[in-house]
Amino acid sequence: MAETDTLSAPLPIIDIRNVSKTFWLGEQKIEALSGANLQIRKGEFICLIGASGCGKSTLLRIMAGFEQPTAGEALMWGKPITEPGPSRGMVFQDYALFPWLTVRNNIAFGPKSQGRSTGEVKDICDRFIEMVGLQKFANAYPHQLSGGMRQRVAIARVLANDAELVLMDEPFGALDAMTRERLQDELLEIWERTKLTVVFVTHAIEEAIFLADRVVVMSPGPGRIDSDNRLTLPRPRDVASPEFNEIRRDLSARLHSHHAKKAA
Amino acid sequence: MVDVTSSAPAADEAPPRKASLPHLGKARDFALAMIVPGLLLLLWYVATTQRWTRLIPTPGETAEYMVDFAFGGIYDDAFSATLHIHLLASMSRVYGGFLLAAMVALPLGLLIGRIPLARKTLDPFFQLMRPIPVTAWLPLSMILFGLGAKSAFSLVFLGAFYPILLNTIFGVKNVDPKLFEAASMLGCRGNAQFFRVVLPAALPSIFTGLRLGLGLAWFVIVVGEMTGVPQGLGAVIMDGRTLSRTELVICGMIVIGIVGYLSDRIVMMIGNHLLRWSPTHHG
Repeated sequence: MAETDTLSAPLPIIDIRNVSKTFWLGEQKIEALSGANLQIRKGEFICLIGASGCGKSTLLRIMAGFEQPTAGEALMWGKPITEPGPSRGMVFQDYALFPWLTVRNNIAFGPKSQGRSTGEVKDICDRFIEMVGLQKFANAYPHQLSGGMRQRVAIARVLANDAELVLMDEPFGALDAMTRERLQDELLEIWERTKLTVVFVTHAIEEAIFLADRVVVMSPGPGRIDSDNRLTLPRPRDVASPEFNEIRRDLSARLHSHHAKKAA
Repeated sequence: MVDVTSSAPAADEAPPRKASLPHLGKARDFALAMIVPGLLLLLWYVATTQRWTRLIPTPGETAEYMVDFAFGGIYDDAFSATLHIHLLASMSRVYGGFLLAAMVALPLGLLIGRIPLARKTLDPFFQLMRPIPVTAWLPLSMILFGLGAKSAFSLVFLGAFYPILLNTIFGVKNVDPKLFEAASMLGCRGNAQFFRVVLPAALPSIFTGLRLGLGLAWFVIVVGEMTGVPQGLGAVIMDGRTLSRTELVICGMIVIGIVGYLSDRIVMMIGNHLLRWSPTHHG
């Protein structure tokens, strides 16, 4: 594990420059994010980790274009992110599938919005339904699926739209442990195959270490980026190995030191 | 392609399936549903045959009269074999008024639910008008439209209007904000979201409004037809009372009950088909 290099490199896919975000809750001003800096290279798998209120979801929503920074700049390929768009796909914790559309039509939603032809849409859907292994459920409605299957649909929906950057907001948080592990494996496999860039928000240290190239630790009050840790552990990673545990201990200490500071 | 029902739910979160004999279950449901009406019929029978009351006819007399009302050939009076005329008159007012109400209330509801300016302009007005019961409109509608079919029609319209309007507004205003975010990150933005997100998401609520509206239309028709129209089930009931023909009153009530029920079932079947995607919408 080493701190991220700050050497000059090609244009980053995402460049977060000194970004702050404040909300007003009635009269109370809340600093969700304060002076965050983060550069993400194409093809990287980044995990944002931290206690609730550390601004990790806010940062993700700024990258998605759902929120605008109060100060600073959020750039994609050097251009400001001003609104949500198909190049940045979001996978929500509660899936946010369209309940009135079948699995196939949920996946088709993006390509149809781009004005693809019926034939193209069909091909795209077939490909991504197969990628997430839901061939048997192509014509089922979301409420007929398990949580894990719904999240597969949500992932396929974003991939079908040719997203370069996949933003995931605690996507597996609502799933049981078994399903969660299976989806982690599947996600890594898809990531390796498609060369996507993934930003994955989680509060589970183990999940972050299992998945990420870089684990970005954030801390609350005000939300800020605390440390940026590059993991060089080869994949597939063994959660029971001593190396894995060493990293976990280290990250855990970083996370908890902030809790202690905050409580004091 | 695999069909939806057979490929449904996932193994790990499968909802409990119904017992293996669906026909037996249906027969049992039907038997249970018949207990209360059966008991009431028995009470009616006993009360009239034992002469507890002489004000209402026996079930047998009523049934006989119903046959005459529908097909004639028993009493052959002014009401024999006129059921279809009255039924058609009432149905045309109910469905005409209902359709007109839907045609006005749906677009208005979509406007009020989606456009803040429309909401601020129109919502207070409708909130003020809403507490006025349909029956309170009766005298005014008689003054405006005279005694007759127009008056009945306008009351049905008013009765069906509010449930459709309010449920449409509710449905359109309460779309899960996440779905807008999901649509916009998939490249569907602005006005395109109206047809692809707002309308389908509001459909269950809109449907509830239509169903309530149609129910109220049947409810109001009797009142509406008491305003001196010559035909219609409401008119039959009122004439029956004036002429002291209680069996006619009861026959009219039964017909309204049955037709209103069937009409509701049809709307519900359409709804269940259109909303088969919705886990909460099964009637």
